[in-house]
Parts: sequence; structure tokens; C-alpha cells
Amino acid sequence: MRKLAQLLETRQISSTEVVEHYLSEITKQEPILNAFITVDAEGALAQARASDLRRQQGMALSPWDGIPIAVKDNISTKGLKTTCASRFLANYVPLFDATVVSTLKNSGLPIVGKTNLDEFAMGSSTEYSAYGVTRNPHDYERVSGGSSGGSAAAVAAGEIPWSLGTDTGGSIRQPASFCGVVGLKPTYGWVSRYGVVALAPSLDQVGPLAKTVEDAAILFSLLAAPDAMDATSADARAFPVPDWDESFIKGLKIGVPEEFFGDGIKPEVERAVTDSLEFLAGQGAELVPISLATNEYAIDTYLTLVTAEASSSLARYDGVRYGVRVPAEDSNTMFAKSRSAGFGSEVKRRIMLGTYVLSARHYGAYYEQAQKVRTLIRQDVLAAFQQVDVIITPTTPSAAFRIGAKQSPLEMYLSDLFTAMANLSGIPALSVPCGKDARGLPLGLQIMGSHFQEELLFKVAYLVEKYVGVEGGTFSDKL
Amino acid sequence: MTSYDTVIGLEIHVALLTESKFLCSCNTSFGAPPNSQCCPVCLGLPGALPLINEKAVEYATRAGFALNCQVHYFSRFDRKNYFYPDLPKAYQITQDAFPLCTGGFLEYYMDDQLVRTEITRIHLEEEAGKLIHSGATIVDSDYSLVDYNRAGIPLIEIVTAPDIHTPKQARLFLEQLRLLMNYIGVSDTKMEEGSLRCDANISLKPAGSSVLGTKVEIKNLNSFRALERGLEFEERRQSQLLNRGEAIRQESRTWDERAGRTISMRSKGDAPDYRIFPEPDLPPLNLDPVWVSLIEASVPELPLERLRRLEGEYGLSRYESTFLVNYRDFGDLFLSLAPMGIEHKSIVNFLMGDYARLAREHGHLTAERIAELLKITSEGLISPAQAKEVLEELFSSSLSPREIVEQKGLQVVGDPAKLGPIVAEVLSTHLELVGRYKNGETRLFAFFVGQVMRAAQGKADPEVVNQLLRDELAD
Repeated sequence: MRKLAQLLETRQISSTEVVEHYLSEITKQEPILNAFITVDAEGALAQARASDLRRQQGMALSPWDGIPIAVKDNISTKGLKTTCASRFLANYVPLFDATVVSTLKNSGLPIVGKTNLDEFAMGSSTEYSAYGVTRNPHDYERVSGGSSGGSAAAVAAGEIPWSLGTDTGGSIRQPASFCGVVGLKPTYGWVSRYGVVALAPSLDQVGPLAKTVEDAAILFSLLAAPDAMDATSADARAFPVPDWDESFIKGLKIGVPEEFFGDGIKPEVERAVTDSLEFLAGQGAELVPISLATNEYAIDTYLTLVTAEASSSLARYDGVRYGVRVPAEDSNTMFAKSRSAGFGSEVKRRIMLGTYVLSARHYGAYYEQAQKVRTLIRQDVLAAFQQVDVIITPTTPSAAFRIGAKQSPLEMYLSDLFTAMANLSGIPALSVPCGKDARGLPLGLQIMGSHFQEELLFKVAYLVEKYVGVEGGTFSDKL
Repeated sequence: MTSYDTVIGLEIHVALLTESKFLCSCNTSFGAPPNSQCCPVCLGLPGALPLINEKAVEYATRAGFALNCQVHYFSRFDRKNYFYPDLPKAYQITQDAFPLCTGGFLEYYMDDQLVRTEITRIHLEEEAGKLIHSGATIVDSDYSLVDYNRAGIPLIEIVTAPDIHTPKQARLFLEQLRLLMNYIGVSDTKMEEGSLRCDANISLKPAGSSVLGTKVEIKNLNSFRALERGLEFEERRQSQLLNRGEAIRQESRTWDERAGRTISMRSKGDAPDYRIFPEPDLPPLNLDPVWVSLIEASVPELPLERLRRLEGEYGLSRYESTFLVNYRDFGDLFLSLAPMGIEHKSIVNFLMGDYARLAREHGHLTAERIAELLKITSEGLISPAQAKEVLEELFSSSLSPREIVEQKGLQVVGDPAKLGPIVAEVLSTHLELVGRYKNGETRLFAFFVGQVMRAAQGKADPEVVNQLLRDELAD
């Protein structure tokens, strides 16, 4: 991205040309890929022309002014449909921008469109989208992952240089891993959630997806800021792009949790991750075998909390003010009919589960218990960071699966096996490509750090990327 | 017939008088065009997030101290989930497990007895919108509209212990609570506008028993009178049921003002499961103890304290003091006038007399102008009748009382040389009555005074007139 920024800076290329390039890629690939729900070609070109004008007048809003971006379709964009991949919001046009979208606009980034996801971010494959599955650019028969599958696939396919995703239990990292791109789930509270349609507010975070580690770091440096509109926003703190100095690796303690290797993990995944770990050790890092025993409870805990919070967060879709309304004799019937018509099966399943775990009779056994276990998981994770600087695990137990392969909801839920822990404890976690399996499918490695340790995650990922290489190169490389 | 003890507990919602809403910055003024005071947050649009209005916390804290509660530095917000068209998010942000205030009380007078009602808790929550039905009631409406201007206005819910014993006491308590909220400036408490609302729980138990009976909740009590009448009705209904050997059903009932009775709404089994859990969009409140102590210090003199001061320091009667406490502006005026060297009783008499009517119509006069009027009256510069004329003039004029007296030539005539002929004239035109007076009908004296005063256009000094008449009639 630095190269592209420099070309824009020196006016060897215009933002309009850059945007036109990506729009033509989108036109070419979308019929198969389906990474976008909405493409706003007109809007993006208008923004590009405005950017070119700013460049002419020497008034660029940021070094990245004019570089286009795509935004996951559960992040509010003023005047641009935000469907959450749900029939319910098929025609919903927000009246306001999410804070992160304002940030992108204030940095001069043209927004090219809204990317596909599992309905309301509930899923791990985009198969639960009301607008069709997003195919994996590496194998069209396979899923792109989810829920930020559209954001990951668009970047991997070169439809867009970078994108925004959201991550509640792995929804940035798992598709990043499946599509062979870099994705970060930031520390809870470092990126504003204002305008991001809630799945589970105590777990949701917005994060960057990009082809390279540095690009992801640059995008994150724009996003990481306190926001007075979000009461869960962290105290004022900026994120400068790291200097990529490599000496930090000497003596860096990398925790390798035994629970994330061995049984249930595809050997190729384990081999690729181990290979990268050995490389890092060769660079001077110290590999420390650790235990994160509470990960055994992460999925159950995660599902209890995410369904509970979702059942409440999605209650506002009642047909009164916006979205689907099925007229009925009385308001309760209208609510029920509208919601039945507007929501897909996975959303209904999770709302029912969440309603159950919060009900007066079961609250103690489920929701309350899950909150207690969440505290234990957090303590377990924080204790681990007393011993080590970062923790490295596979991002997912396997590479991208075939479309339609996961038949039961439970199988799908297990996709978050290695990723949910970071959300439950609020720590940052990043997925970086670490090789391919025999079929040529990308594999991802997850780096977790203590709260606000994103810089360290990026620096470790940068070394892994250097070792593995960036596949296919970027648009600007080809210029 | 068994006799029963009545047990009543109240849940009162008070809308706080903050300029902006509880969780967003929308305006809160009453009576704006429908849906003109809304934003993504109070409309519950996807992705909008709540922010706590510090002023609402301040007002709730002040209410807590005014009700002698323990104000907790730590409190937490929860979501109470239920579907209703006026509830934009389909959950209400409230405080359940960790309310802001607990364990207080309110003392007030009932039939000259000081009584006390325990306050169980006070918590903060958000108001819902307002449904406007196309027909007279929800059942005979073709459609309903929603006005979200009210949605998100901050409320405090005040919950009393079940230690109110009569419908009348319930009304007195609510009146005193309302007065208290006005004194501390946190609410305008207008029941007709819904900024003060009250639900009541009532149960009966055999007299002297310590076991509580089955309680019934009464809703839609939209006035002090409705509260008292609703409870009286329910008291009768329950005692009749019990006397017939029937059980009381635990249920919610609504007060039908027109029919003068309560009607069953839903039984306990139909009560919704609110699935309350901690609000993930808001961190818990962690109040700064210094800030809390500043709020505590800002609590003004409360009604009961003022009542005691008016009786104790100023020697006013319970009746007078109660008037000055209930009408706080009059009380304030009294307290401004009291140090100005005028007799306290005459200040009260003045304030409770014609002045009260005029001030309610036109607004108050300054203490300085009132003091001057009272002084020139007590000094005899003008007669009481003239004082009344000056008083009326004061509300439309910017002149001082003395200036008005001068301008209107109202000065009292006390010169016997001027009044003598008038007295003589009056007596000569009523010779028959003079004769009757002299034959013992002494009550006619007042008639002669009145005639002289009228002839002198009210400007005569009554003392001089009395003297002159006595002299003339003694002959």
C-alpha cells in the first residue's frame, strides 16, 4: 500500500484509475465469487474524483487518500444499504455512518461497496447469507469462511486492496485464514463499535483485512482511536504503524498451548504452523510449551453468551420502524410474522437458544454460569501472558471446507474452536497465512497477545509473512 | 366479618427534568411535534449505542439523598427484554441487580401524626415512547401511531416497602414525594403529562397477622384521586372476596376511572419473562465519591425541614406552615419578607389572602414591593381597603406602592375638620337609624362607619371616623 500511496502522491496514478481497476475486477469476478452484496460504483468514482482533486490541490486527507476499501455489510454506511445479509434489512438505508466509516471517509478512502457475510454475522461460511454464499477465490467449490467471508474473499481475489470485517468469535480470522489474507481482531474497545450492527456487544470488534501484514497494520492505525459515542471504547490511545525492526524477536517468548495442537487438527495445518514456529525459533524466539486448559469450555461459553446477547440485540427488528413488516391484526402477531418472514434459520436458532439461556428458569444454569466461566478463561489467558509475550496457534483446525459440507449447526460452531477465546478475554488476535495444504488451500496461523499488544502481533506476523511470502502480489506490485 | 389490615406498596416513576435524554443528546421538552426529538440511539436503529447522561445520574443521586437512601458508588445497567411498539430496542435499559440507591425513607404528616414510609430502592431507567391510538381505546382502534419523542427520557423508579396502611396514606405519601421532587428540582412531576406515574400493590391480611396476603398490582392510576379511589375499590373488593371465603388471585389490574373500578389485566402466570441480563453496551457506573458528596451537599432544604423551621423559628401554625411549604414560591417569599421588620403573622395573612389569587394569575411581586405595601398599611398611611387597591395596581404597574398611593391620591384623610362635615351629612340623612341606635341598636354603628367610608371614597382614616361618630352619637 505504501507503493500505491506513493504513486498517488506523485500523481503517477489517479484515484479514479485505481478505483476503476478494482471496479473492473469486481465486474469480472463477482458473478462467481459473490463477495459483495452492494457495489457502489458511482459513489466510489465520485469519491475517487474528489480525492484526485484534493491531490491536485495538495490537500490529501491522509497518505492513503484515494485508495478504495470495502466494508462488511453489518457496518452502517450513510445513504448506502446495510443489509446484514438479512432479508429483514433488504431495503434498510442507514441515516448515519458508523464511526469507523467516518474514519475511512475522513482519511479519503473511497468506499466501493458492502461485502457479504453470514446473516447478522452468525456463521462461519457465509452460507447463512440471504444473498448467497461467497466462494473461496482459491477453490470456488469451497467456502470463504465467515462471517466476514466477503471481506476476506474480495481482498484475496484482488477485488479490493483492503476491507473491514467484524469478529465476535473468529469472524475476521477464520475467513482470513481460509482465503490466505491477514486479519486482525483488535483488543476489545480499541476500535469503535458505534454504527456496527450488534451481534454480541460484549464480544464484537471491527478489524482490518488486507493482503499484507503492513497493509493490515496501516488500516488498523486508522481505526484504533477512542470514540465518545461508544461507552465501551478504550481510553485515548493511538496505534502507530510499527517500524518492522526485527531485533525484537531475540528472546521473545512464544507460548505454544498444547490444547491447540494434536487431536482434531488436520496434520497439514499443524505442520505449517509448526514450520513457522521453528522458523521464528531460528530467528531467536523462545518457544514455551504452555497450557490453556480453559479453551475446552470456550465454545460452550461463547455460544451461551453470544446467543443470549444476540437474542436481545436482534429484538429491535420488530417491523415497527424499518425492515420487513408483515401486517397483522395486533402488534404481537405483527412482530412474530415479520420476524418469521425476515430472519433466516440460523438467526432464528440462535435467538431461540439465547432466549432460553436468559429465561428465568435457566438463567442460573446457563447465562450466569457462562459469565463465571468467561472470567476463568480470561484469568487463564492473562496468567499465560505472565509467562509468555505472545501465543501462537493454528487459526482453524482445517483449511476451507466445501460448500454444504457442514451439515449440523454444531459442526459449524466448532469452526470457532481456536478463535473464540480471544473474544471472551478481550485480547487481540491476528491471523496470518503460513502456507498451503496439498490442495493449494491457504492455511492460517493465529497470534494472540495481551491487551493492546497489537504492535507485537504485527511484528511477529511480519516475520512469518517474510518467511512464507505473499502470494500473488498486490495490484501496486504489478504497476 | 373479619377485619383486615391493608398493606400497600408503591412503585413510582419520576421523569427527570434533564435537558437531554438519558442515553442520547436529544431534546426532552414536552409538546414538540411527534417524532421531532429522535435520533438513531432513541429510535433503536441498528448499530446505535447508548451513552449515559451524567445529569440524569446527578438527579437520581440527589433524589436518593433527599429520600435518605444509601447511594452506591457502584451500580450497573441491565436489559429488560419485552416486545412493545413503543419500545424501540425491544428492551429497556434499567438497573436490576445493582440499583443506584437502596434503603431510604420519607417522613410526612398524616392527621398531625408524623409517619414514615420506607424506600426499598431507587434506580435509573429509560422511558418508552407513546402510543397514539386512532380510536378511543386500543381495542377499537384501526391503527396506532408511535411518538418516540418521549423514548429515552430518563426516569427514576422509586419502590416503597409494603408499609403503607390506607389508601389515604398512599395518596399523602405520593403528594409528599411529589413535593420533595419539586424541591430538589429533579422533575416537574406532572401526573397529567405522565412525568409522575404510580403503580400500587395492595394486599389484605387478617388484622394483626404477620403473614402477608396475596398482592394485586393496580396500574393506570393517573391522578392522586385515582390512586386513592383505586386502592379503596381494591380494598373493598378483596375484603368481600375474603369474607366469602374466596382466594385473591395474584394479578395485575387496571383502574378504570370512568367506571370507578379495577379490571383484571393479566394473572401472574401470564407475566412476561423479561430475561434481564447485564447491559453489554454500558460499563457499570463507578461514581467518584467526591462527586457524590458534592451532590449530597447540593440537596436544598426539604419540605419537612422547612415546615419545622416555619413552626419553630417563626411561630406559624401548622396550617400556615403547610401552605407555605406546599406552595414553595410563597414559602420563599415569606422567608425573604420575614427579616424585613414586618410582623410574621401579617405577612402570612397577606400571602394567603388576595395576594395568593392575584399572584397565581399574574406571577409574584418582589419582596421589596410587598414589604413597602405592608409597611405603609401598618403605619396607617393607607386603609386596608386602599391597600387592596394598591395591591391590584402593583401587578400591572412598575411603580412602588408609595408612588401608586401618591399618583392615585389615596392618602388616608385623618383630618377631623375634613371628616366632620361628612359624618354630620351621613347622620342627618339617616335620622331614623340614629334614633334606633340611640335606643340601643348599637350594631348600627358599623353601618354608619361604612357610609362615612363610602362617602369619603375609602380614603378616610377609620380610627378618626370611629372617634367622630362616637362623639356625634353620644350626644
